[in-house]
Amino acid sequence: MCLGIPGQIVDVVDHEHHIAKVDVSGVRRNVNVALLATGPDAVEVGDWVLIHVGFAMSKIDEEEALATREFLERLGNPYEQELDELRASSIE
Amino acid sequence: MKYVDEYRSPDVARRLADQIAGLVEPGRQYKLMEVCGGHTHTIYKHGVENLLPPAVDLIHGPGCPVCVIPMGRVDDAIALAERPNVIFTTFGDMMRVPGGNGSLLEAKARGADVRMVYSPLDALRIAREHPDHEVVFFAIGFETTTPSTALTLLRARSEGIRNFFVFANHVTIIPAIRAILASPDLRLDGFIGPGHVSTVIGTVPYRFIAQDHGKPLVVAGFEPLDVLQAAFMIMVQLAEGRAEVENQYSRVVREGGNERALEAIAETMEVRTTFEWRGLGFISQSALKLRDEFADWDAELRYDVPGVRVADPKACQCGEVLKGVIKPWECKVFGTACTPEKPIGTCMVSSEGACAAYYNYGRFSRRLETLAT
Ligand code: SF4
Repeated sequence: MCLGIPGQIVDVVDHEHHIAKVDVSGVRRNVNVALLATGPDAVEVGDWVLIHVGFAMSKIDEEEALATREFLERLGNPYEQELDELRASSIE
Repeated sequence: MKYVDEYRSPDVARRLADQIAGLVEPGRQYKLMEVCGGHTHTIYKHGVENLLPPAVDLIHGPGCPVCVIPMGRVDDAIALAERPNVIFTTFGDMMRVPGGNGSLLEAKARGADVRMVYSPLDALRIAREHPDHEVVFFAIGFETTTPSTALTLLRARSEGIRNFFVFANHVTIIPAIRAILASPDLRLDGFIGPGHVSTVIGTVPYRFIAQDHGKPLVVAGFEPLDVLQAAFMIMVQLAEGRAEVENQYSRVVREGGNERALEAIAETMEVRTTFEWRGLGFISQSALKLRDEFADWDAELRYDVPGVRVADPKACQCGEVLKGVIKPWECKVFGTACTPEKPIGTCMVSSEGACAAYYNYGRFSRRLETLAT
């Protein structure tokens, strides 16, 4: 739950509730993007975000996203576990 | 230097390590605290300590949210989970945390309906799917997860979901740092500040550490190079006699934090008079509870929560570990009676707890060095 995992927004699922579909290392799930809805850090399809417990907390650039992902992949087990938990998630 | 090859840029790591060594004043011993459990994990996984000169010691602070939940709160959670008609939802990390009365995992084995969720929004979905049940969410974490609980509460209210309740255990980082600074058995030279917490609160709330206590704090990212670079930035400040808040993780952390997250927290939660932290005891104004406007979603008002205080197990020195007074391996039961499979204290449960991080990565070089001298 403490790992911030990078995901790329692939679709906006529900505008009203700020739900977007993200791709995290191939796992596609819905997350809430309300914290990045407007302002300089507003996100749209194609953008990368750092996700905590189903919420996009910050917008990051692609380079940072890929570097973080590589770091997490090398971390091994904790990231696997986080991805398993993400797989079990179905946010509406 | 055997771990240096694991770094993304071994050259940079080596250079930073040399530069840090070059900043050490002869005869001076430095203690830098990394506040966040994520940093503790990185430090052990990548052997960052082995790159630092012996004069620079990293102390592992209290920033592991699972580790600081006191036993009594785990027992309260179990009491809620064992109520008929309750579906109790929790992050996976909390499942194995021992209370005075076992863990949630054991309660589940006894028949309680305990479910692991990835997100509070998953707990809310379960409430939507089970209108005939009451769904309780075990809300834990520092400012990184608090906005998620806040937004979930706002969503529950706007959708009129009435069978969803939050058992709030959110803690705040600043009072914990204050408590550490006030602790007489600890003399720190500087802080490596938490990365993700700071994406929410920004860097301004740390200023008192520099201004009132004269100690540098550098907010850092989670890769080994980030941690090394933050340690370097602190050492430069110390060498120049400065004490400032600096941001090594500016690629993610903004000075003002995330305003919308702070608003959502302020709208749904308020500061508790006091809250017990495992190992650290009661710290005033260090945690959040739901505001009156959200009383209908507050598990502590909805149910009779036992609220019994349970003393930490005698053998466990998590408190000393969380304050950085001892290293995990200095605890008598470390690795023998207490292991990640059968944890006695919470520091051994989460992979971000200092004891588990030490155990999993088996990096004992510091110990050997100490024994050898
Ligand atoms: S090794 Fe176990 S008992 Fe000892 S301080 Fe760590 S968690 Fe507590």
